Amino acid sequence: MNRVTIFSICASAGFLLYILEMVRRRKLREEYSILWLFGSAVILVLSLKKDWLDTLAHAVGIVYPPSFLFLVGILFILLILIHFSIAISKLHQMNKKMAQELALLKSGNEAESRSNPETEK
Amino acid sequence: MITQPDTPIVIIPAYQEERSIGDLVRSLRERYPYDVLVVNDGSTDRTSETAREAGAIVLDLPCNLGIGGAVQTGFLYARDRGYDVVVRIDGDGQHEIEDIPKVLEPILAGRADAVIGSRFLGEAEYRGSIPRIFGIRFFRLLVNLTTGYRVTDPTSGFFAINRRLIEFYSDHYPSDYPEVDAYILMHRLKARTIEVPVRMYDRTEGKSSITAFRAVYYMVKVTLSYTINCIRRFE
Repeated sequence: MNRVTIFSICASAGFLLYILEMVRRRKLREEYSILWLFGSAVILVLSLKKDWLDTLAHAVGIVYPPSFLFLVGILFILLILIHFSIAISKLHQMNKKMAQELALLKSGNEAESRSNPETEK
Repeated sequence: MITQPDTPIVIIPAYQEERSIGDLVRSLRERYPYDVLVVNDGSTDRTSETAREAGAIVLDLPCNLGIGGAVQTGFLYARDRGYDVVVRIDGDGQHEIEDIPKVLEPILAGRADAVIGSRFLGEAEYRGSIPRIFGIRFFRLLVNLTTGYRVTDPTSGFFAINRRLIEFYSDHYPSDYPEVDAYILMHRLKARTIEVPVRMYDRTEGKSSITAFRAVYYMVKVTLSYTINCIRRFE
């Protein structure tokens, strides 16, 4: 095993464990951890099984197999970023709805306290 | 204030308009028997208090949602309280309130679902900045090419809509320059939309939100959301 292989295995295994630990401590929600876990697992397997990496790299026409690892890594990062954009959009929508509901609720409460002044001290 | 669902409600989105909102609400209250709703879009000045003192119903948004989100809050209020007609005007005094009956009449007569006040029909007094005029031309072309409507003033925020559109917009209202996007929504709904001439003035207070850079950004963004609204599904 050469040095780059050992480094690649250690890095991806360490990363995988770190993500698992974050999920275990509830600092990272399961739904946001899936892509991270899956991505680091794929890279770990490809680092361990050098012949799989060679076969896959060859299959897509990549001459230098380790660059296939970069490709996989970059693709996962892209996926994760898209996932975040979607999550932010969803939060944005929810935030807007809550602000609107809150404004409507407040005006309803004020109208109520004006019509029954004795309920408010 | 007791709301009367049979009368129209005037919706005014307001952000940092403390200097103009009071007079505007007072003249509306004196001139018309309609309810006046000010949606305070997270202002840090006295917009909310000033509007309330002048006799408006005020909704205070806890943070700044932007023009579309603020106006939509007004539609939600109108929908929940059972109003059948909404008039929407700006809070900075740019829209001539004497022209409100002109945008209301076709709705009350049942001839239209939406009536949009155009500053370019009739005797035009309006003069805007170059980026604004360019943007209006661009959006006019966009709307005219993609819908059957003959539009002269696609960014006009002076309009009236009926119950059908109030309900639809309560669920689907765009965020930036919602008026342009609204045309494609009305087109998809096959709404009867007409323009009537109204008077608009240059701002007397505050600063317009439009600079050249933001104009370009908004043109791209609105064109994108417009295009997507052409192909989106509305459940």
